[in-house]
Amino acid sequence: MLGLNKKDAGLLFFVAILLVFAPFLLNPFPESSSLAQFNAGYPDLMQRFAIFGIFAIGFNILFGLTGYLSFGHAAFLGAGSYASVWMLKLLTINVIPAIIISTLVAGVFALLIGIVSLRRSGIYFSILTLAFAQMAFALAASVLTPITGGETGLQTALNDPRILDGANETGNIPSPSLFGLETGATWQMPVGDWLFTFNAGYYMCAVMMLIAFYVSLRIFSSPFGLLLKAIKTNQNRLNYTGVSTRPYMLACFVISGMYAGLAGGLMVSMDPLAGAERMQWTASGEVVLMVILGGAGTLIGPVLGAGFIKYFENIFSKINKSVLEGWFSFMPEGLQDIFVTILYPFVGKGWHLTLGVLFMLVVIFLPGGLVEGGKRIGKLFGRRKSKDTETGETNPAPAE
Amino acid sequence: MGILEVQNVNKRFGGLQALGNVNLNVEEGSVHAIIGPNGAGKSTLLNCFVGRLIPDTGSVMFQGQSLLGIKPHEINQMGVSRVFQTPEIFTDLTVLENVMIPAFAHRDGAYKLNPFARVAKEAEIRDLAEHTLEDMGMKDKLTMTASAMSRGDKRRLEMAMCLVQDPKLLLLDEPTAGMARADTNKTIDLLKHIGETRGITKVVIEHDMHVVFSLADKISVLAQGTVLVEDLPENIKGHPKVREAYLGEAQV
Amino acid sequence: MDQIVLQILNGLDKGSAYALIALGLTLIFGTLGVVNFAHGALFMLGAFCTVTVNRILNLGFVPEGATTQSVGGFNFGSPKETPYLEHWFGEAAGQAIVDWSVPLSILFAIPVMLLIGVIMERGLIKHFYKRPHADQILVTFGLAIVLQEIIKYYYGANQIPAPAPEAFVGSFDFGAMIGMDAGAIIYPYWRIVYFVFALIVISAMFAFLRYTTFGMVVRAGMADRETVTILGINVDRRFTIMFGIAAAVAGLAGVMYTPINSPNYHMGMDFLVISFVVVVVGGMGSLPGAVLAGFLLGILESFASMREVIEFLPGVNQVVIYLAAIVILLTRPRGLMGRAGVMED
Repeated sequence: MLGLNKKDAGLLFFVAILLVFAPFLLNPFPESSSLAQFNAGYPDLMQRFAIFGIFAIGFNILFGLTGYLSFGHAAFLGAGSYASVWMLKLLTINVIPAIIISTLVAGVFALLIGIVSLRRSGIYFSILTLAFAQMAFALAASVLTPITGGETGLQTALNDPRILDGANETGNIPSPSLFGLETGATWQMPVGDWLFTFNAGYYMCAVMMLIAFYVSLRIFSSPFGLLLKAIKTNQNRLNYTGVSTRPYMLACFVISGMYAGLAGGLMVSMDPLAGAERMQWTASGEVVLMVILGGAGTLIGPVLGAGFIKYFENIFSKINKSVLEGWFSFMPEGLQDIFVTILYPFVGKGWHLTLGVLFMLVVIFLPGGLVEGGKRIGKLFGRRKSKDTETGETNPAPAE
Repeated sequence: MGILEVQNVNKRFGGLQALGNVNLNVEEGSVHAIIGPNGAGKSTLLNCFVGRLIPDTGSVMFQGQSLLGIKPHEINQMGVSRVFQTPEIFTDLTVLENVMIPAFAHRDGAYKLNPFARVAKEAEIRDLAEHTLEDMGMKDKLTMTASAMSRGDKRRLEMAMCLVQDPKLLLLDEPTAGMARADTNKTIDLLKHIGETRGITKVVIEHDMHVVFSLADKISVLAQGTVLVEDLPENIKGHPKVREAYLGEAQV
Repeated sequence: MDQIVLQILNGLDKGSAYALIALGLTLIFGTLGVVNFAHGALFMLGAFCTVTVNRILNLGFVPEGATTQSVGGFNFGSPKETPYLEHWFGEAAGQAIVDWSVPLSILFAIPVMLLIGVIMERGLIKHFYKRPHADQILVTFGLAIVLQEIIKYYYGANQIPAPAPEAFVGSFDFGAMIGMDAGAIIYPYWRIVYFVFALIVISAMFAFLRYTTFGMVVRAGMADRETVTILGINVDRRFTIMFGIAAAVAGLAGVMYTPINSPNYHMGMDFLVISFVVVVVGGMGSLPGAVLAGFLLGILESFASMREVIEFLPGVNQVVIYLAAIVILLTRPRGLMGRAGVMED
């Protein structure tokens, strides 16, 4: 199906189901229950799942396949964001040109940075990409203010030309739309005590993510992907095997950058605003984290990692002291205080602390990430034959 | 005219003269062995053939074309493959994938950006790789991860990776080093077999005289960076200069 | 001419901080082979040692019989506290101790940072010697986040000022001292103090590595770890101590930097990125390279901040360090003074 083997087709189908039914799956708790705060089925968060999913899938094509650790991928996301805001300002409020241009601009940006950075490997490559991204960030926040809006950021305005749209009669700043359907448009469906929200922007992101995931599946199973894996394992051998590794690396880097640009374009399509902080190295660190947490080099890992981090970021940030106190109210007072005191630094504004701890635990105990963890659990229950898990990912797929 | 002609090659590392006026003429279709004591410059010489090192002076011609200053992957594309002293393989990949990669490189050239092609549909490449592995006696190990193999198997895998490219010239750097006697004999048979069916020219660096005299059509003796003798095996055996070079190494 | 001298001087204090952090990073990389992304956090922890000492010294109690402060009828809540120090040593001595809290923090920071370093190495880093560099980067990156967030939790997100001793507040006319026009080069005292302090620490480190047997073993270990292990020397324990020392150096750099830049919880990350650039420019694994590159880049940054330069090339001050790193990495792959064979693949 679609040029995929059974296993990959299954994965694609699985992701498609997740994406289509996300508004239900992420809203399992009734509105009136105290667990409703764990619901994640609202548009803003679901959009972020899909967008960061794309970003992580793209990063995984570079890091997972070739082992080149880029610490500057946020620069491409930022470049894509700026490009698409400009398209919304100058050309049309329709998001299609914005998304296309953001992907292309990020691709060109990645090509330029890649040509220079890929002359080195290992930690030198990491530092070079970091240096370029930090430069982009510093310039975007200062000198390039006419293009980037500086520290306040770039956004759409009422008097933007928008040459394709004609006169603006409403007197309001138009919202980004897909051929007239605003990306913010939502439709709510109450079912008993549940409230499910369907959002146009989310489904647009979901479709893009599905395409992005499909492309990544194809790359992983192509000779190109195989050669990228070979670069990770033994670049020296590859040189003496008659392969010029540079074009492969560059192509991989550009593809990966275009994914980041696409993610940036989608972000702007949901909320027409781009700021320099999107390029900062902490943002690059976040995507590294998602991929590592999910499982670098695996197909589904980055999607899971992105979802996991964005979900818990959202949930943990919402928990405050009184919520904690509520949870432990069944305990005797002293014990309750102890638990609340211990847990409090990790929730609310302390989400980053949880993230850091989680990150360390994963790298220390579970270098393969969530996917590896899932496999181990699977093995524990003997659901799979151990042979499958050992050779699963790297086997060339048998012809259907 | 030989397929590989080396003339007056010199290479210095700081104060050390690694190679001094080395001349070598490898006949097409022959097995040319390079022997010599440790530090004689054998591996340095081989590195000059594959683009890892560039000689200070002299010329290295392959089929009448100079190899100096040409990148390793370009030299490989010209038809020169190399087996390393310690096996250089893709340890994370399966045995079959290890052999398919050079097969792709042979068919598609130095690069072909085909992100949407499918490995699974490349039946031709796959068959070729499987046949080559079968020749090497590794048909039962296709799906094994390369890092899990024994040392001897890793060497044979690397040989398969070179042979699948159908090279014109195969460079072997101590192909039997560290192998047990039975394994060594197996490898000798393999190399002979390949020589007969495909007519590949081979340059072999070797310590083991048993291997050298079973395989070689011609032998060059290298010592302290210079070629002492280049002659037929039967003439090398009793040559006084060779004895001198190997003094203390009683293999000859 | 005076402009040049001024910019070199201006570059020295930042350069000193870069050099000190880069020195520790290089030591850790050279001896343990670990890429430590948490080193900036150690710098930050050092700075917060100062904050802690400052707070401890300012601890006070409410004297008996003290009344609630009220000004013009407004009640200001708690009554005025009397610091213990003033109570014990008298007002003048007590205030003097508080005034000198930044230098005094050194005494506090050395054992604390050594301890933190040793715990870090034994508890975490040692398990990563054999893991790939990417894993080391990732785990130390995670640790950096954790340390930073803990500090944020206890000390808040705002900058906390820590003034230099009264004696070093203000500036002096350096130009007049070296025979230039008066007022041409005005330089703050504390920056000179910081530079001299950095020179002392750096010299002490080099002397320690050069003239003690401990240092000799460490240097040998940097060159060839396996051989040293075979010789029956317990390298591991020395490396633990080395990590502690590197942590202490980073911490001291942080302690003394507080009057120049009020500490906040993310200052470590800001310095870390640049320090890594410094290490790479200097040459991975080269101690003199790290120090040299630290000062060079600090000075380069201050030259790029000159008004004439910015007018000519807007924004160059923001990117000059990264630009320099890119140029150097492409022209001299091993950095200014790097050795062959370090992190080549």
